[in-house]
Amino acid sequence: MTASGEMADPQEIHLTVNGEAASVRAHSMERLLDVLRHELGLNGAKEGCGEGECGSCAVLMNGELVNSCLIPVAQAEGAQITTIEGLANDGRLHPLQESFLACGGAQCGICTPGMILAALHLLDRCPKPTLEQIKEGLSGNLCRCTGYLQIFEAVNKVARENLAL
Amino acid sequence: MTENHIIGASVPRKEGRDKVTGRARYVDDMSLPGMIYGATVRSSIPRGKIRKISFGSNIAWDEFVIVAAKDIPGRNCIALILDDQPCIADGVVNHPEEPILLLAHPDRHLLRKAVGAVSIEYDEMPALFEMEESERQAEIIWGADNTFKSYLIEKGDVNSVWAKAAHIIDGEYFTGAQEQLYIENNGVIASFDSEAGVTVWGSLQCPYYVNKALMALFGLPEEKVRVVQMETGGAFGGKEEYPSMIAGHAALLAMKSGRPVKIIYDRAEDMVATTKRHPSRTRHRTAVDANGKILGGEIEFVLDGGAYATLSSVVLSRGTIHAGGPYYWPSVRIRAKAVATNAPPHGAFRGFGAPQSLFAMERHMDRIAQVVGITPVEIRERNFLKPGMTTTTEQVVREEIDLSHLLDRALELSGYQEKRKRFEITNRKEKLKKGMGIAAFLHGAGFTGSGERYLSSVVGVEGLSDGSVRVLVSSTEFGQGTNTVLCQVASEELGIPYENVAIAQPDTNAVPNSGPTVASRTAMIVGKLVQSAARGVKQTLVGSGLLSESYTPEQFRMACQKYVAARGPLKSYSRYDAPPGVFWDDAKYRGEAYAAFAWAVYVAEVTVDPGTYSVTVDDFVALQEIGKVLHPLLAEGQITGGVAQAIGFALYEKVVWRDGRMLNNQMTNYIMPTSVDLPPIRVFFEENGNVHGAYGAKGIGELPMDGPAPAILNAIEDAIGMHFVSIPLLPEDIHEAVTAWQR
Repeated sequence: MTASGEMADPQEIHLTVNGEAASVRAHSMERLLDVLRHELGLNGAKEGCGEGECGSCAVLMNGELVNSCLIPVAQAEGAQITTIEGLANDGRLHPLQESFLACGGAQCGICTPGMILAALHLLDRCPKPTLEQIKEGLSGNLCRCTGYLQIFEAVNKVARENLAL
Repeated sequence: MTENHIIGASVPRKEGRDKVTGRARYVDDMSLPGMIYGATVRSSIPRGKIRKISFGSNIAWDEFVIVAAKDIPGRNCIALILDDQPCIADGVVNHPEEPILLLAHPDRHLLRKAVGAVSIEYDEMPALFEMEESERQAEIIWGADNTFKSYLIEKGDVNSVWAKAAHIIDGEYFTGAQEQLYIENNGVIASFDSEAGVTVWGSLQCPYYVNKALMALFGLPEEKVRVVQMETGGAFGGKEEYPSMIAGHAALLAMKSGRPVKIIYDRAEDMVATTKRHPSRTRHRTAVDANGKILGGEIEFVLDGGAYATLSSVVLSRGTIHAGGPYYWPSVRIRAKAVATNAPPHGAFRGFGAPQSLFAMERHMDRIAQVVGITPVEIRERNFLKPGMTTTTEQVVREEIDLSHLLDRALELSGYQEKRKRFEITNRKEKLKKGMGIAAFLHGAGFTGSGERYLSSVVGVEGLSDGSVRVLVSSTEFGQGTNTVLCQVASEELGIPYENVAIAQPDTNAVPNSGPTVASRTAMIVGKLVQSAARGVKQTLVGSGLLSESYTPEQFRMACQKYVAARGPLKSYSRYDAPPGVFWDDAKYRGEAYAAFAWAVYVAEVTVDPGTYSVTVDDFVALQEIGKVLHPLLAEGQITGGVAQAIGFALYEKVVWRDGRMLNNQMTNYIMPTSVDLPPIRVFFEENGNVHGAYGAKGIGELPMDGPAPAILNAIEDAIGMHFVSIPLLPEDIHEAVTAWQR
């Protein structure tokens, strides 16, 4: 929340976003989500609930999965941020993106960026997850369309096929 | 022509790549030069007269654009069916959170502060919050008798059955409100130009509904209202009628400010102020013979419509027609009504009245079985509709449906008989109690009765200068696969690769009105029209001499290119024609209610923990006959997603009300199923075809919402022997019932 005029002046914040250095002027309490969307033009992270329940704004911060609606941007000073825009390489989709497409893991698509980042985070720590581990690993990301099964399948497919992440 | 069928193949979702890369553009991802933000000042009371509006002194009000009812250039209503809902309250409010003032400002944070700085004084009036109070007319809050709509279906002579009955079984069943909980909240951007009129970009299901509402609100002709659907992050009916409201608000602010205005609700506002599934009460009184065969019955079905009529009459209609389930009723009387209460209007939500009345029917079937002393399987087998029989509206079943076969197969797939026997033994000694439950049901595809004839939908298919083809429809994609399936249909019909078919962004300036994207009508009805419009393109090319009757995709592409280069646009349109011999009597509510039904049997396996009162669904089998599976992956995704949402309806999602207002309007305390809460959902299809649908398709979007709740409650009763009649059924509800029973 940045109630104008009532807070300290904006400050310079330095981030590395999808491998590129970025600096923005923002109030320290501004949400990382808003900075990504409004200052950096990265619209992949979505606001679903604004209170850390739904995970549609999830991004990776220094390798950890965070809900960017709960992160004051000052906390991200110096951090490495990965958003959905950072996954595809020269137009070539990331294996998880391919797999979500092939398995029906994306319906309306609004939870998909956060869900894929949650899946990436899971496979990073646990390359061969069991179904229970997949369920657990994605439990902070709500999807209202799929009933999750095709998402589990998408994650499982990448793990099973041993695709490089 | 290509030998590879596109229909029946799981081709890539058209907009899938944009969705997995984050490039898909939802309305909040869009911005216009000079754009400012809008917000809504809402009523804090359920019902009363607005006495005074004051503006707090700590805000620079001259920086704000303020819109009130008096600023509306046309009619102050959301034009829909009865046009009784104001766009902005004018002197009176009828529910909590009713819009009273609109504010706009470039700074969203100041805007929020300004909303809080408006104070409104009211002369409160008595309000009603329960259906029973409304039926009793404790106060008249709407029309002459608080009733938005009532229906009476009468088949045969039900009065004569009671004397002949071996058993008469009464039951009363309740379902609660449910929030659609699309993950993308409602949002729009509007701009206004005195020459061009109003343009709205939004998250919505029905561009032409919004178009119609804005025409009335602004007093503008159709060509001066343009509505564009952006990528839509879930809808489930929640973006059927409500977008007309938020679009109207943004457009009024845009007109007054002279700048584009964006309104995006946050989650709390979306949950507290927008529509939910209608709460319901259903009473059954059923006469059966000694074998459990239904002789006749009376069904009373009542919906809580909230404060304005909106879509209640049509939600009620579908619920009423589905109230008898997939069973043969020699005689039946169904009385149905939707009544007013001082809550925000309830609205469209996947299933549209059918999940409510079918919940009652399927719980009641198990009740009847108990009274008669037969099994849940036997009671259903003895009463299933068969080809040649008539439904409650006296529609003859012309489809070759074999419900006993569906039931047998579902029992086999779920291991029902074996598990039930096993659980009977294990439940005696184990702490955790297990049970099996069945639900058999049907869901009509397309608009009810004469609805499709009134809609008279139009679809276009266009050949482009590069030789590719584009589908022109106002039917929208919001996850269910509209884009993909309609392109598949055109591709199959034209014998050209799926990659050479695209679909236009729904924009009322550019696409014809193919009707609203609701009622499980898109694949079946719009799909069929796409098929015939595509045929028109082919015929034009053949008629022009550029293409022979038999051709390769490459020849088609060349012919299309040549045609457009030489003669200009190549567009073919197709309009809905009611199938001949279809009869529907709106006055008597009798006749062919739907051109086709999808049929299903679902089986739930549950565990109830008598220590914590928690219910776990361990396995779920969903077997349905849906005509033709156009796209297996999407079809399966529709069923698993619908079952998940219905498990939420049954076991998790409780709207807590106080004086007409939702108290738990956050994802933190309104709980939907997460990835760890769901069972394996095993989906199976049967395909009998359907002459009324594209390549034999029927509707499936809503179907999976109907069966899970009764199947789960039937399974809970099987596990612990308690007869629950109300959903949602949370652990605290079970605890309360057990405690009451022990007393």
